[in-house]
Amino acid sequence: MFDSFLQNIFNALQWGSFYSLIALGYTLVYGVLRLINFAHGDIFMVGAYIAFFVATTFLGYALSPTAALALTVPLTMLLTAAVGVTIERVAYRPLRRKGANRLYVVITALMCGLILENGNLALLGASRKSFPQLLDKTVYTLGPVSLTNQKLAVIACTILVFVFLQFVVTKTKIGMAMRAISYDKFAVPLMGIPLDTIILFTFVLGSSFAGLAGLLFALSYPVLDPYMGALVGWKAFISAVVGGIGDIRGAFVGGFLLGFVEILVVAFFPSTYRELIAFTILLLILYRKPTGIFGIAGTTKI
Amino acid sequence: MPLLQISGLTQHFGGLCALSDFSITFEGRELMGLIGPNGAGKTTVFNLVSGFYTPSAGEIIFKGERINGLRPHAITLRGIARTFQNIRLWHDMTVLENIQLAQHGTLGYGLWDAFARTGRYRRREAAITAWSWEVLEALNLREVAHERPRNLPYGVQRRVEIARALSTRPSLLLLDEPAAGLSSADVRHLIELIRWIHTEFPITIWMIEHQMDVVMNLCSWIKVIDFGVTIAEGTPKQIQSHPDVIKAYLGDEVLAC
Amino acid sequence: MSRATAPLLTILGLTTVILLAQWEVIDSYVQTVLMFIGVNIILSTSLNIVNGAMGEFACGHAGFMAVGAYVSSILNIMLFTNDKNFGWELLPPEMTIVLFPITLLIGGIAAAIAGLLVAIPSFKTRDDYLAIITIAANYIIISTLINIESIGGPRGFMGMKKIVFAMQDTLNIPWMILWVGVFTTLTVAAIRRLMSSTLGKAIIAIKQDEVAAEIMSINTNRMKLVAFMFSSGLAGIAGGLFAHILGYINPNSFGILKSTECLVMVYLGGMGSLSGAVLSAFIFTLLLEALRFLIPAIDTVLHWVHLLPAGYELSQVWKWVLIPLLLILLMQFRPEGIMGNRELSDVFPRLKRYFSFS
Repeated sequence: MFDSFLQNIFNALQWGSFYSLIALGYTLVYGVLRLINFAHGDIFMVGAYIAFFVATTFLGYALSPTAALALTVPLTMLLTAAVGVTIERVAYRPLRRKGANRLYVVITALMCGLILENGNLALLGASRKSFPQLLDKTVYTLGPVSLTNQKLAVIACTILVFVFLQFVVTKTKIGMAMRAISYDKFAVPLMGIPLDTIILFTFVLGSSFAGLAGLLFALSYPVLDPYMGALVGWKAFISAVVGGIGDIRGAFVGGFLLGFVEILVVAFFPSTYRELIAFTILLLILYRKPTGIFGIAGTTKI
Repeated sequence: MPLLQISGLTQHFGGLCALSDFSITFEGRELMGLIGPNGAGKTTVFNLVSGFYTPSAGEIIFKGERINGLRPHAITLRGIARTFQNIRLWHDMTVLENIQLAQHGTLGYGLWDAFARTGRYRRREAAITAWSWEVLEALNLREVAHERPRNLPYGVQRRVEIARALSTRPSLLLLDEPAAGLSSADVRHLIELIRWIHTEFPITIWMIEHQMDVVMNLCSWIKVIDFGVTIAEGTPKQIQSHPDVIKAYLGDEVLAC
Repeated sequence: MSRATAPLLTILGLTTVILLAQWEVIDSYVQTVLMFIGVNIILSTSLNIVNGAMGEFACGHAGFMAVGAYVSSILNIMLFTNDKNFGWELLPPEMTIVLFPITLLIGGIAAAIAGLLVAIPSFKTRDDYLAIITIAANYIIISTLINIESIGGPRGFMGMKKIVFAMQDTLNIPWMILWVGVFTTLTVAAIRRLMSSTLGKAIIAIKQDEVAAEIMSINTNRMKLVAFMFSSGLAGIAGGLFAHILGYINPNSFGILKSTECLVMVYLGGMGSLSGAVLSAFIFTLLLEALRFLIPAIDTVLHWVHLLPAGYELSQVWKWVLIPLLLILLMQFRPEGIMGNRELSDVFPRLKRYFSFS
C-alpha cells in the first residue's frame, strides 16, 4: 500500500510537470494581455508533432538517439515558439491594433485552437504517430519504488524552467516590464520597452515551453494524436486558474496540485472519471474564488 | 420615526479604511449636502447606502428597517434611488426605454404573461408606459423620448438620469456629483431643477458635490468628510468659515500664512 | 395585407413543406436538411439570448442540447418501447403523437435545470471566466453521459427511430417535420415576445450596464437565471428534436465542436439580432451541406490540375478548418455579423406592416 503510494507520488509529479509547463504559457500571456489564449493547449500538441518530425529527420540522417535528442530539444522549442508568435501576429495583433472588443480576441483564440487541431487531422490523417525512442529507458529501483529516467527528466526540466522563469521576471528588465504591464498598459512603453517586444517575448517564452512539454510528453507517452492537446491543454488551464492565473508560482502550484488530485481520483474511481472531476474542481473554484490561490481580487469601480 | 438613520458606518477595503464611524439622521424632506476632497469616501457612503457594498460595521436603518446587506435592487424598491458620478444610462436604448426599464422592480407580470401577451401584461405595460411619459413630461424630456442617450448633450443626459431615478418613486434621492462636467449654464439649470424637484415631490435629497456654489445654493445642511472621517457639519455659512474644512481643502500652508 | 400576414405565411409555408414531404415531392435528404435548419434556428436564436442580448460569451451550448436529447430520448424509449434496459412499454405506442411534445418539453426543462450549472456562477463571474465555466459545464455533462453505462456510455444511445415510426404508424404524416416546424416557430415567437417586453429588455440592460440595471430595481441575478435557463432549455428542445431526427445520439456529438457551430451562427447573424440569428441558421446549415459536395469536387479539381499529391485526399475534416476560419475572418473584418444588432424590420421598415409585436 505504502509502496504504491510512493509510486503514485512520482506519477503525480510527472503529470503535474506537464500541466505546469503548459499552464505557465496561459499565465504569462494572461499576465501581459489579459487574454486567455485558448489556442495554447493545441500549441502543446503542435510542439509534440514538431518534435516528432524533427526527431525522425535527425534519426533518418543516422544520428545517434542521444545526439538527436540534444538537437531536437532546442529546435522543437524554437519552431513551436515560431508557431505561437505567428498566431499572435496573424490573428491577435490586428484585432488589438483595431482596439477590438476583448470578446472577439477570445473567440479568435478558441478558433485558432480548432484550426490547429483539425488542420493537423486533415493534413496528416487520423492514423496516430508513434514517437521514436530517443531516450533509452533506464529503471532505477529504490527499494520497492521503481523510477524511470524519463520521469526524472520531466520533473527536473520543470524545476529548471521554474527557476529560470523566476529569474527572468524578477531580475531582468524585460521580465519586470512583463509584470508591470498588467498594472499599467500605457506606462510601460514610456519606460523604453515597446509593447510589441514584450508581447513577442511573452509568446516566445510560453510557446517554447509548451513545445518542451510536447517533447517530454511524447518521450513518456509515445503515441501522438491531433486531439491530445485539447484535453491536456484544458487541464493545464485549470491548473493555471487554480493557482491564480497571471502568477507564475500559481501555474506550478496549480499544476502539481492537479497532478496529485488526478492520481488520487484514479486510485478510487474508474479512470474515465478523471476529466469529470478535474472540470468539477474548476467549476467550484471559479465559483468560490475565481482569482485562485495567488490571485488578487479585482474591485469594480462604481 | 426618522427616514434614514445611519450610525457607526465603517468600511474597510483590505487594510484600507475608506470610511469610519459615519453617522447621520434624516427626518425627511431635507436637502442635504455631503462634501469633501477627492478620495474622502463620499461615494463610498452612497455605495453603502445603495447596497453595492456591505458595510464592515455600523447600521443603516431606512423607514425603520435595517437595510445593510440587502441587494441594491431591493434597496431601490424600498425607496432609495441614486444617480452616478459618471452617467450610467443604457446608451443603446431610447430615453423612454430607459425610464420604462426602471419600473422593472414593480413590473407586476411574469414570464408567462410576456409569452402569452395576457391581459395583465397589456395592462401593466400600458401603465408603465403612461407613467414613463408622465415622468418625461414633468422633466421636460418629451422631445427626446425616442433618442438614444449617447446622442444627447451631457446636460440632457444628466436630466434623463435624474428622471430615471425619480421614476422609481423614491423617498430618498441620492445625487452623486450631479454638476460634474456641466457647463455653467447647465449648472444653473440643474440648480433650478433640483430645487423644483424638492418642492414638487415629497422627497429627501442627499447630494455629493464638488462645486461649492451648487451646494451652498441648494443645501440647508452640509456634512464634510475627509479620509473617511467626519470633520465638520453645519449650515452652508458655518461650513464656509470652518477652519478644518479650509484645511482639508487647501492644505495646512494656507493656515500658516 | 394585414399584420396577421407573417404568422399566416409561416403556417402556410409549414403546411406546404409537410404536404410536399407527404407526397414525396421532396426526398428524405431534403427533408433532413430542412429539419436541421429548424433545429439550428432554435440553437442559434436561443444562444443569442445569452451571447447577443446579455453580452456574455457562453460556449457550452451543445452540453444543454445533450441533456435535452438524452432526457427526451430515454423517456420516449422507456414509455413506448420494449427495451432490454428499460423494460416493457408502459403506454400504448399510439400515444406518442400526443406525448411526444410533452417529453420534448420535459427534456427542455431538464436542460434548463442543467443550465443552473452556468447560471449560478454567473452571479459573481463575468467575461472570460464565465466562458470557461460554460466550457467546463459542457465537458462535465459529456463526461457524465460517457460514464453512465445504462444509456450506452461512450457508445451512444439509439432506438429513437422506433418512436418516429410509432407516430407514423398511428397516422401517416411526416411527424418530425411537423414537430420541428412547430417548435421552431414557437421558439422564435417566444423569444421575440420576451425580448420586446420590459421584462426581457432587462437582459439587454445587463449587457449595457449591469451596475445601472441593479440600481434601477432590476434583480440582475434573477434575470441572469431567466436568460441562462431559458436559453439552455430551448437548446434542450433542439437536442430532443435532433435526437429523433437522427435516431441515434452519442455524447461526443455534443462536444465543443457542436458548441462552436452554435457560436458561429450567433456571430454570423449578428449579436442581439433575432432575425439575424434565424437568417444565419439558414445560411450556415446550407453552407455545411454544400461543403459535403464541394470538398470532394475541389479535391477532384485539385487532383486534375496536379496541385495535390496523388496519395492525398481532401477529406470532410477540412470543414472543421473552414468553419473556425470563417469565424476568425468574421471577427477580423465584420465582427458585428450580417445584421449587427438590428432586426430585419429596421433594415426594411415596410416589413413592420406585416407583423406586430403585440
